[in-house]
Amino acid sequence: MVRQLFLTAFFVLSLLFLCAAATSHWDSVPPRDHARQNPFQGRPEAVSAGALLYRDHCQQCHGADAQGDGRKKPSLHSPSLQSASDGDLEWFLRQGDLRHGMPSWSGLPQAQRWQIIAYLRSLP
Amino acid sequence: MNGIVSKSCQLAALVLLYAAVFGLPGAAQDKPYFVTYTHDLEEPGNIEVETKSAFARPEKGHHFAALATELEYGARAWWTTELYLDGQATVGDSAIYTGFRWENRFRPLMHEYPVNPVLYVEFEDISAADKTVLEVVGHDGEPDLILPNAVSRAAHQHEGELKLILSSNFHDWNISENFISEKNLGHAPWEFGYAIAGARPLRSAASGRVCTLCAEKFIAGLEAYGGLGDTRALTFRNTSHYLAPVFGWQLPAHMRLSLSPGFGVTGTSMDQVYRFGLAYEFKDADDMFFSRRKGKVW
Repeated sequence: MVRQLFLTAFFVLSLLFLCAAATSHWDSVPPRDHARQNPFQGRPEAVSAGALLYRDHCQQCHGADAQGDGRKKPSLHSPSLQSASDGDLEWFLRQGDLRHGMPSWSGLPQAQRWQIIAYLRSLP
Repeated sequence: MNGIVSKSCQLAALVLLYAAVFGLPGAAQDKPYFVTYTHDLEEPGNIEVETKSAFARPEKGHHFAALATELEYGARAWWTTELYLDGQATVGDSAIYTGFRWENRFRPLMHEYPVNPVLYVEFEDISAADKTVLEVVGHDGEPDLILPNAVSRAAHQHEGELKLILSSNFHDWNISENFISEKNLGHAPWEFGYAIAGARPLRSAASGRVCTLCAEKFIAGLEAYGGLGDTRALTFRNTSHYLAPVFGWQLPAHMRLSLSPGFGVTGTSMDQVYRFGLAYEFKDADDMFFSRRKGKVW
């Protein structure tokens, strides 16, 4: 009986873990936002403008090299961010993650958010 | 009065000179409102020091200059706490400290919506000599501002204030509405007021140049605020209302300048109030005091 309970619990927990692992952070982005294209894509002047904006608003937490602190301030080179669409990133900048310390940048003009994303995409 | 204005002009000139010389980063996305709050909170770990001054002359009164010095701290991404220290100088009278205010703003919802609520709670220990006019409630009006300091400072007020802040960012515009209720903790009725404002930057996209005078560094808008009476008489009668264009300039080195000429639109309002604000943001200021923080980290 105990063994059966243990196996059932193990199975349920494994299933939950697999579900959690399969759910991407970006799954909560509305499809309309996910599909949006960066209007500044491929424009070098947007990258340089984005670099200045990054310095003003993002560098404080994510570092000049966008590597974060290796602990709780995330690197912007992470596979999760690389796999996100431009629309996902714009949505996330707008929303922030208040619970975990990331402010909402909805007060920045939308064009500037796209310029920051153009810069992030240019990072090696 | 001339001395006060002259010192303010000298301070502004120094700021502008500093801004022109140093090509250091600018700061945040703050709006240049003096009375209205938005849902933009202070970034976690940062401390912003801001002075908000008001220059005016009530009818049958003397010129005055009032100064509120604000220390704003981003405790969490969803919680900002602020301390205000207020004072004023009246021509032909005296210069006095008028009290302090401690306020907290909370974002109850963790996501961005078309309209974003913020809850505001304030305690103030302030004398009736305060002339910062950072909010107008109840039947506040010009007659409150003409009493001699020796008389008005004797009337001490312990007040609690609640605000519901609703704010939206839409197509580079910010539109904010504040509903204010204030209660003297003694035997006095609840007083009500409002503030609404809208503003947008002069240019949306950044130019990509390190500059001080680029259009994207400027923001302009309009603010309106006034009293709505109290629980005994919820009315526009004998209340003050102001219309005030607002201008903001994002300076280098985490500084921000705000200007606002306000115009009274009712008989109990002052004709004009000129406001001037200067803010400086200390990034990651709490790293000076704490090695690890819970709220800042991811």
